[in-house]
Amino acid sequence: MGVAVPPAVKIRNLSFRYRKSSEDALKQVTLEVERGEIFGLLGPNGGGKTTLFKILSTAYPCRPAEAEILGLDLAAAPGEVRRKIGFVFQSPSLDKKLTVSENLRHHGRLYGLSGRVLEKKIGDILEKVSLSPRSNELVEILSGGLARRVEIAKGLLHSPEVLLMDEPTTGLDPGARMDFWRHIEDIRSSGVTILVTTHLMEEAEKCGRLAILNEGRVVALGSPASLKGEIEGEVVTVEAKNAEAFAREVRGRGDVLSVNVSGRTLEDVFVKKTGHTFWGNGK
Amino acid sequence: MILAAATLGQRELVRFFRQKNRVIGALAPPLIFWLLLGMGFSGSFRHEGSLSYLQYFFPGTVVMVVLFAAIFSTISIIEDRKEGFLQSVLVSPAPRASIALGKIWGGSAIAFLHAVFFLLLSPWIGAHLTPAGALYGAAILAGISFGLTALGFLIAWRMDSTQGFHSVMNLFLMPLWFLSGAVFPVATAPAWLKGLMMANPLTYGVEALRSALFPPAAPSAASPVLCLSIILAFAAVMFILSVFVCARQEAP
Repeated sequence: MGVAVPPAVKIRNLSFRYRKSSEDALKQVTLEVERGEIFGLLGPNGGGKTTLFKILSTAYPCRPAEAEILGLDLAAAPGEVRRKIGFVFQSPSLDKKLTVSENLRHHGRLYGLSGRVLEKKIGDILEKVSLSPRSNELVEILSGGLARRVEIAKGLLHSPEVLLMDEPTTGLDPGARMDFWRHIEDIRSSGVTILVTTHLMEEAEKCGRLAILNEGRVVALGSPASLKGEIEGEVVTVEAKNAEAFAREVRGRGDVLSVNVSGRTLEDVFVKKTGHTFWGNGK
Repeated sequence: MILAAATLGQRELVRFFRQKNRVIGALAPPLIFWLLLGMGFSGSFRHEGSLSYLQYFFPGTVVMVVLFAAIFSTISIIEDRKEGFLQSVLVSPAPRASIALGKIWGGSAIAFLHAVFFLLLSPWIGAHLTPAGALYGAAILAGISFGLTALGFLIAWRMDSTQGFHSVMNLFLMPLWFLSGAVFPVATAPAWLKGLMMANPLTYGVEALRSALFPPAAPSAASPVLCLSIILAFAAVMFILSVFVCARQEAP
């Protein structure tokens, strides 16, 4: 029997409180991310997604045995963990006064890469995100979408085994977002585990599994299909002057050609599980 | 470790050479202070050696150039944090000591270059720089540049606004400079000030630069070995403290 391969990410009863807060931002969060999957963290603003992301990125501290990446305890071996993970942050992390390739070069050296190996990696990654012709341009003159692509190239440059992305498509137009997800699927198929936070349902649909974080707790966990399955029934949307009478009549009639019935959406799951709409329930 | 420090320091230099107005910002104010104060006080100033006030004030001005340049480059830590560059450095596997070292060596190299640029004026004001004096002065200047940049790093690291940095600068860094023998001599200061000045490591840097620039007219009160040791110790202590604050990981 071989030794069991530890999961990509393992979180056990992780709690976190900000110093100036009277309430935990994360409450006993437990979840596992398998190797090679795209795992989505979904949740309302302030639900704890970014806090969890910061802990996994080693930017915020955690206690021993609360979080492991690839079997390495974050509290015990942050240095080793850092070597194996890559990031795309919600906010930009590029130096705007430097060119695209200079940014990547500095990043590579921080991960111990240098010389010809580094230059080859930079060339390859720029090719992959179709930015080779822009490699000598200053980041400050790039459009938002292109700069985002450089961020992704930066996250992947040192060949991480786990890629953490915090709302990576912020500020991208729909076309660029579709492009982005195509890249993500490519990356996953090369064996990289991807953990991504989002609040866009269409993006959540593309994840293998999802966790919904609300008020610091995991309130739902599973594949998009199984989550939708948790909410029973289907939806018929009717506009009628007298809806009840209409419904009674429709049930009795034989000449109805079609009634439009839609399945539950992730949005329904989200609202059901978190009780949140944008304005409502703000306690 | 060295690779990470080298690359971060190189970034400082590249950024600096792309923002030329920073040179003006660090060189012009000290030059103006030196000319105006130097000429204004020249009538009323009497030195135990035979320096004019323009000459006396010159080494202090060089230290001011270094101080301003060090502040300019370390204030960028606050911008790095805001613009997000720093967060990606902090989650990289680079040792924390090399992150501090990278920023500080880059900043101090820039400060040193500023000072050397300012020192190009020295032949016109009657300085007698011997080869040994130049070497000694360069070592002192390198120590001051490194120490002050590390001090700036120490202050800027925990700050979240540049306004905060300015208040520390006015409250702490400027008095540190005033009480270094840059503007008035230690010998004729009131006793309580003298105590503060003798405890200020910068005093030994200014004194050393003065004796290097004007060897016959300004014999040093402290021996060169003592001055150099104090400046190097100052640089080392500031660096160790910088590494310490950089390595501390705290919940926000």
